[in-house]
Amino acid sequence: MNTATFSIFRGDSNGGKFEDYTTEVSEGMVVLDAVHGIQSAQANDLACRWNCKAGKCGSCSAEINGMPKLMCMTRLNSLPLDKPVTIEPIKAFPHVRDLVTDVSWNFAAKMKIKKFKPRPPDAPDGSWRMAQGDIDRVQEYRKCIECFLCQDVCHVLREHNKHDEFIGPRLLVYTAALEMHPLDTEDRLQDLKNAHGIGYCNITKCCTKVCPEDITITDNAIIPLKERVVDEFYDPLKRLLRLLRPKPKPENDHV
Amino acid sequence: MREIKEGRGSPHGGVFLDIAWIKEKIADAAAHIQRKLPSMYHQFKQLADIDITQEPMEVGPTTHYAMGGIRVDADTQMSNVPGLFAAGECAAGINGANRLGGNSLSDIIVFGKRAGEFAAKYVKEHGAGQVNNDQIDEAVRRSLEPFERGATKGGGAEGPYQVQAELQEMMQDLVGIVRTEDEMQRALDGLGKLWERTRKVAVYGHREYNPGWHTAIDLHNLMTVSEAITRSAIERKESRGAHFREDYENKDAAFGKVNTVVSKAADGSMQVRREPIPVMPEHLKQVIEEMK
Repeated sequence: MNTATFSIFRGDSNGGKFEDYTTEVSEGMVVLDAVHGIQSAQANDLACRWNCKAGKCGSCSAEINGMPKLMCMTRLNSLPLDKPVTIEPIKAFPHVRDLVTDVSWNFAAKMKIKKFKPRPPDAPDGSWRMAQGDIDRVQEYRKCIECFLCQDVCHVLREHNKHDEFIGPRLLVYTAALEMHPLDTEDRLQDLKNAHGIGYCNITKCCTKVCPEDITITDNAIIPLKERVVDEFYDPLKRLLRLLRPKPKPENDHV
Repeated sequence: MREIKEGRGSPHGGVFLDIAWIKEKIADAAAHIQRKLPSMYHQFKQLADIDITQEPMEVGPTTHYAMGGIRVDADTQMSNVPGLFAAGECAAGINGANRLGGNSLSDIIVFGKRAGEFAAKYVKEHGAGQVNNDQIDEAVRRSLEPFERGATKGGGAEGPYQVQAELQEMMQDLVGIVRTEDEMQRALDGLGKLWERTRKVAVYGHREYNPGWHTAIDLHNLMTVSEAITRSAIERKESRGAHFREDYENKDAAFGKVNTVVSKAADGSMQVRREPIPVMPEHLKQVIEEMK
């Protein structure tokens, strides 16, 4: 049987270093299998978070040879095994131990996004009518598994630590799903512009590149939201009209 | 499983599942499969280079769901420990002998809500209970014990992962999909030996986010559940739902009227007994009648 070496970051918030582990590898294995093999035989106290092993729970996010990836969906045959494979924790959030980071900021930030607010039911039985075409668009955003790899790779969070001013690609995708839902009546544009800091995104598309669910984050979620914000707040013609008509009708229909 | 045991399995010890045949029945079959099974399509493609719209996939059975669990009151979800509530997969009850797809989600939503409501009501009525400090000290001592057994990286006493892996393998082999009395008795012997090892597993490192330590603690629960499953499966000499006995291939009406109840005897051993299934209340019978 073949072996491969994995250089895994060991340590906690006080610091740490890479340690090399050599383990047996076989056909069909993914990085998480190797980490589990190392954990059970050589490093029982190696901390890593995982659950479904099928790319659906979003728990095992890590940086493999410098690229943000899900450990359970990264096959060993996609990596060069003639040199050590480096595995380290994601960087945009506080480090806990080894491969584990505290991603709870994402859930706190999500709570600040205005909730789904549907229009009154269309039928007396309390149900709604939607066209399939209108609902298809939001399906892409709902593929998100909240692995936060897009947050990890976003330089606004990772390099500039703007966690207080910018919600990051994952939560812009979440906002897009709400904003473009055919039944939703809430207006989140003011929040997007100010509290959620959509202007910080300068569309480098790193988030799209690392998304394990292949969501076209920048083109399909962030840019349409940016366009709506621009339409609402920066359109010179609208500004002029507003000057002429001091009390414009609130515009709610963004669909 | 019997096909595989008799040597007719696929190369990796499973069977082939082919859904690509549908292309002979409908036009645009590949798109249909991708739309209906998007995750499965994506996983097979990414993890095995297999296009399930074109070729068969290799599949094998694994653990799906634990139909048994902590015995709770059907209305309040309270266990026989006053003030301890359980809901969802850890609680025994609504799924009978086989949970069907989608029922787990409705189970946790309905009975999780009920458990929460009744727990809140219980606390309001009873206040905070008396805490027995001796019991807490004992629990702390027991959970920290694995650190004191002299394990070091790459040596010393046995760690928890080897025992867990062997338990997993033995339960899959001997108390898995197809069960026989003989194999399950062998599993009980094996469990006895694994209990000895479980009580001796050792861990190293510190207490913060230490998966080895967590596994050493979990191991006691895995062992308890495995033993309860094995003893109950031996007791139920029939086949029903997900419980298939090769030595008792059919349903037995008498077993249909009883639950298998496992409890701890005074000497700490597991006691298995049969209890009549509770009589369905009149209002629930009516609901079922209305559905017919």
